Amino acid sequence: MPRILSSIVASVAAVFVLSSGAFAAAPIKIGALFAVTGPASFLGEPERNTAQMVVDEINAKGGIGGHKVELVVYDTQGDATKAVQAANRLIKDDKVVAIIGPSTTGDTMAVIPVVEKAQIPLVSCAAGSKITDPPKKWVFKTAQNDSLAVAKIYEDLNKRKISRVAILTVSDGFGSSGREQLKAHAAKYGIQIVSDETYGPKDTDMTAQLTKIKGGQAQAVICWGTNPGPAVIARNAKQLGLKLPLYMSHGVSSKKFIELAGDAAEGIMLPSGRVIVADVLPGSDKQKKSLLAFVKDYQKHFKAEGDHFGGHAWDAVMLLKGAIERGGDTPSAIRDELEKTRGFAGIGGIFNYSSSDHAGLSKDAFVLVEIRNRDWILVK
Amino acid sequence: MHRIDSRDKKKLFRHEWVKFALFSLLIMILPVLFEGGYLLNVFIFVGIHTLLAVALNLLLGYAGQISLGQAAFFGLGAFASGILTATYGQNPWLMMVVVAAAVGLLAFAIGFPILKLKGHYLAMATLGFGIIVYIIFNEAVELTGGPSGFSGIPNLTVGGITFDSDFKNYYLIWGVTLVTILLSLNLVNSRIGRGLRAIHDSEVAARVMGVNVRLMKVQIFALSAVISSVAGSLYAHTMTFVSPTSFGFNFSVELVTMVIIGGLGSIYGSFLGAALLTLLPEFLRAFQDYDIVVYGFLLVFMTMFMPGGLVRGIPSLVQNLRARIGGGASDA
Repeated sequence: MPRILSSIVASVAAVFVLSSGAFAAAPIKIGALFAVTGPASFLGEPERNTAQMVVDEINAKGGIGGHKVELVVYDTQGDATKAVQAANRLIKDDKVVAIIGPSTTGDTMAVIPVVEKAQIPLVSCAAGSKITDPPKKWVFKTAQNDSLAVAKIYEDLNKRKISRVAILTVSDGFGSSGREQLKAHAAKYGIQIVSDETYGPKDTDMTAQLTKIKGGQAQAVICWGTNPGPAVIARNAKQLGLKLPLYMSHGVSSKKFIELAGDAAEGIMLPSGRVIVADVLPGSDKQKKSLLAFVKDYQKHFKAEGDHFGGHAWDAVMLLKGAIERGGDTPSAIRDELEKTRGFAGIGGIFNYSSSDHAGLSKDAFVLVEIRNRDWILVK
Repeated sequence: MHRIDSRDKKKLFRHEWVKFALFSLLIMILPVLFEGGYLLNVFIFVGIHTLLAVALNLLLGYAGQISLGQAAFFGLGAFASGILTATYGQNPWLMMVVVAAAVGLLAFAIGFPILKLKGHYLAMATLGFGIIVYIIFNEAVELTGGPSGFSGIPNLTVGGITFDSDFKNYYLIWGVTLVTILLSLNLVNSRIGRGLRAIHDSEVAARVMGVNVRLMKVQIFALSAVISSVAGSLYAHTMTFVSPTSFGFNFSVELVTMVIIGGLGSIYGSFLGAALLTLLPEFLRAFQDYDIVVYGFLLVFMTMFMPGGLVRGIPSLVQNLRARIGGGASDA
């Protein structure tokens, strides 16, 4: 028994020593929760990279109002339990004044009760509309709502006088949210969904669904998914000789999609944030300066194309920087100033927060692009 | 044949009580040391994981039956409690019991065909069950919220007390965990516990000795599902949010790891395993991107050098060290 006791005492002592090492000088501490590993790492990794890059740049220029910024990043692994533990650690141990992230809607919904209780502002990088609908006092987000992308596609359909569409969505979080929004907004634009098909995230052949669509009444096809499914659909559609206009979601707005789909990508249209067309934007575009800076920086640091996901983190850090510059560095002052953000031209769009809108973006956050000669062109 | 006479029995009994009392005391004073820190929150999860590890240990450590679907029972408890209280406004305490009973019945029903299987086949069947339940959590969007999760679950209340802080939740969850540990200790030192160990060693021999092997295996499987379901309900009311990612295959494997690292066939070992696997990642964050490598290395190291688990490994390690230091001192 004394042996067990002494080992318990030793381990408790070890716990103490390890947990009390987190005190340093007094820079502005910002927490970050990203799904750096796990199934959502395609979101978390560019977000983590970008956030660290932006914070380093801010510090190189002398910090915010003379204070250095310290970014504390924890990996949530895309798991709600780990996200909550990490959020608690950021708040109680690291004593951060604000948190950016998490990367996924699930992780974000999990940490909302934690930040609300602790009264710490959270700027999420996830897209789910229920994060800010209804608006929550301490919660903001930077990723565009799916409904904005849907609106962009439906407007274009109206312009082309197309009213009967087929939808083909993936059966995961992204696809089910897209399907919900496509169905919810169809009536408003006078659009009739004549065929509602789904496919699994790991399916490698969608000929069956497309054959069914081809035999139906549809005048256009809208597909909602992330790589690689939509590329398979593009190829299958070409093989079947499907001549209908094909729309994709913003889930595939990266060069990766064009690589995967090859020639089958020609003529496909999709709503996208401006980051992929930064260099062809007109000079009058308010976001152009931010976009070019981000793309160039990301290329320099990580030898890869900066994407939307990194952009969400860029926006989150810059929004916080703006709020701290204007109103100080206590959590409640940051929250109040965040809510007063108007006309901030970031990567995801132009942000206008208010007490009733913590998502801040309008459908102008998206542009409609078409794939021509393996590159993007803007659809006017 | 060796017979335990009644005096030995009493001594053993008293010994167990002292051990349990000391353990409870340690658990009860921990929050005083960690008040306000985030570690208290982590210790709440240690409590939930201990419940789950004890449940699995009864099945795996004592009866020798593997289950790779424990996360499913945990998830069923969490989602059912969450949905029934948040969407349908039912009483959380009542629902916890009703849900646990329903999950127990489900386990009982699937237990009869599944537990006929042995070894790898049993692992596969339970794995399949876990995956089916996980897919349902993900796809039944109207009910469970799908991949983005289910929020708005109320905290538990008793009289005027709402369990809404780490401090209160700690005592709530550890209260349940300590009672479960006590009942499990009682169970494994009873006729049933001896029956389970007999099944573990040889099912044929157990049957010859008059143990109803088939029924007992299913009963212990159902009991382990009931405990896991209660853990799930507590988790849901503590987190106030549940999402399918927390109940996937990975978590089932993590639970098996907890039981094996802690020590098969030891209730306190389950606590050690749960505590280690829950706390370790928090301390390994210092290694940043390499934390997973260090974590994996430590697990391999422990299984190599402490094959009996922490509960047997630590005392023998201490003994070895003491012998070596003692030896060194006498040399000098």
